[in-house]
Amino acid sequence: MTIFKRINGFWLSMVLAIVFFIVVQLLISRGILNSFYINTLFYMAINIILAVSLHLIIGITGQFSIGHAGFLAVGAYASAVMTMKLQMPFSLALLAGGVTAAVAGLLIGIPTLRLKGDYLAIATLGFGEIVRIILLNVDYVGGASGMTVTHLTTWPWVFACMLIAIIVIANFTNSTHGRACISIREDEIAADSMGINTTYYKVTAFVIGSFFAGIAGGLYAHNFYIIQPTNFGFLKSFDILIFVVLGGLGSMSGAVIAAILLTVVSTFLQEYPETRMIIYSIVLILVMLYRPKGLLGTQELTSFFRLRKAVEGGKQNDNKHTVA
Amino acid sequence: MTTNTPLLKADHVGIQFGGLKALSDVNIELYPGELIGLIGPNGAGKTTFFNLLTGVYEPTEGSIVLGNEKLNGLPPYKITRKGISRTFQNIRLFGELSVLDNVKVAYHSLARHSILSSIIRLPSHFSGEKEIEEKAIEFLKIFKLEGFMYEKAKNLPYGQQRRLEIARALAAHPKLLLLDEPAAGMNPQETKELMNLIAFIREKFNLTILLIEHDMSLVMGVCERIYVLDHGQLIAHGTPEEIRNHPKVIEAYLGEEVS
Repeated sequence: MTIFKRINGFWLSMVLAIVFFIVVQLLISRGILNSFYINTLFYMAINIILAVSLHLIIGITGQFSIGHAGFLAVGAYASAVMTMKLQMPFSLALLAGGVTAAVAGLLIGIPTLRLKGDYLAIATLGFGEIVRIILLNVDYVGGASGMTVTHLTTWPWVFACMLIAIIVIANFTNSTHGRACISIREDEIAADSMGINTTYYKVTAFVIGSFFAGIAGGLYAHNFYIIQPTNFGFLKSFDILIFVVLGGLGSMSGAVIAAILLTVVSTFLQEYPETRMIIYSIVLILVMLYRPKGLLGTQELTSFFRLRKAVEGGKQNDNKHTVA
Repeated sequence: MTTNTPLLKADHVGIQFGGLKALSDVNIELYPGELIGLIGPNGAGKTTFFNLLTGVYEPTEGSIVLGNEKLNGLPPYKITRKGISRTFQNIRLFGELSVLDNVKVAYHSLARHSILSSIIRLPSHFSGEKEIEEKAIEFLKIFKLEGFMYEKAKNLPYGQQRRLEIARALAAHPKLLLLDEPAAGMNPQETKELMNLIAFIREKFNLTILLIEHDMSLVMGVCERIYVLDHGQLIAHGTPEEIRNHPKVIEAYLGEEVS
């Protein structure tokens, strides 16, 4: 019974999403949207992927990771190497970016996820810096001057990847596996004593999160003509972290809304470069003052529309909120 | 009292934290269906003993055997799956999750659908989730918590939180239930309800229960046998009547008699 309702909500939001996709696609092909707006739109979608992937790690599983730009970098460089050096098609390059980042997530996650809170944060921060320093020193990928990448990212690719990221993470969250992850966030000792293999779920969430960060990296690399290690410093990690915290820890729609909002704010503030960072910071401070639990707290946007209180981390029919 | 083989046998169990011996030479045998009390002054090592049984710590000496399986060194989640589950002295519910989801988490280990099937929403995901949901609701009804089903666990009144924690522990299908001071912070009325609840679940689920408690009326009232810990060592063991008059127990609780 409830399953049918959910499927309906799911298909409804899918239809909305596809309508939005087609409208934008038409606007682009007719040349109505100029390249500035198109670029903002791409950037928004990439940020949404990054936000939801980190949301799974921090908001759902409660593992405070602040090295997400490291996975972004791994995905960006891996996919760029695939297209530029090995002449592989873009689809394969994106997948390779995701898989490489997922492998990196697995290798980093197994030893570091024993750590808790601040210690994990510092370890993941260290990982992000190590990735950057390695890329800086490998001549094969251009060292400090970076790699030139052809522009391959298109609206269908960006939109499809974003939709898949949202659906996969929402579906994962909204199952017994996602509940296991949330229970780890709520109380790891109790989760353990309820028969949940906490290490397994922490690593799984970490790997899924880094996979999508890698995909985002592939899209990012093929959108900007050039990638340099300096694009992936720890400030980039904090940008992603801010999406998740500002949206409300544990709320996927919150993370999506925050990603959209902040992308818009920072893009339009580019016209005022002197005051840009000041206004951006003021926005953050104001939101945190008036909504200390983030824009949506732990709620999902959909839960405002239903009588029954939704308490799980994410709902399937989130994707309609990406219609910005 | 049954006299067949023990369900749980702690054999010369001890643990040392650095130079500090928190527990040493603890021997406890629990037989199927028993309700046993574990008492002792503050800092005697009762909760540490629970942590050893559930795998939070690994004993540095001795062995813990459930049925005929040795539990030493197993991670907590495996021990839970083998049939020991517990509640905590300071309630550890999943506060942001609903009452229903708290119980669902305990059913997680019974779920057979894989992560992949959940991500691409295969039929096995829906049937698996439905089964968990039905079982969890049925379980909440037994505990008369179904009215709070969609309430966040942290918003429940204290007594109900305790009740939910016990329900959640039982939903993991234990053979042995460990209750760590379930009556802590309860008023006499709530304690009385708790005693009824313990008697009820014991009969209903055919359980063995080990209970840590400070409330003497509760321990003396419901337990068949009592172990007494003091300074990390077992100082007495027997029926409530024997314990009440045991000189060492009186000494541990009231201090040495001044003559």
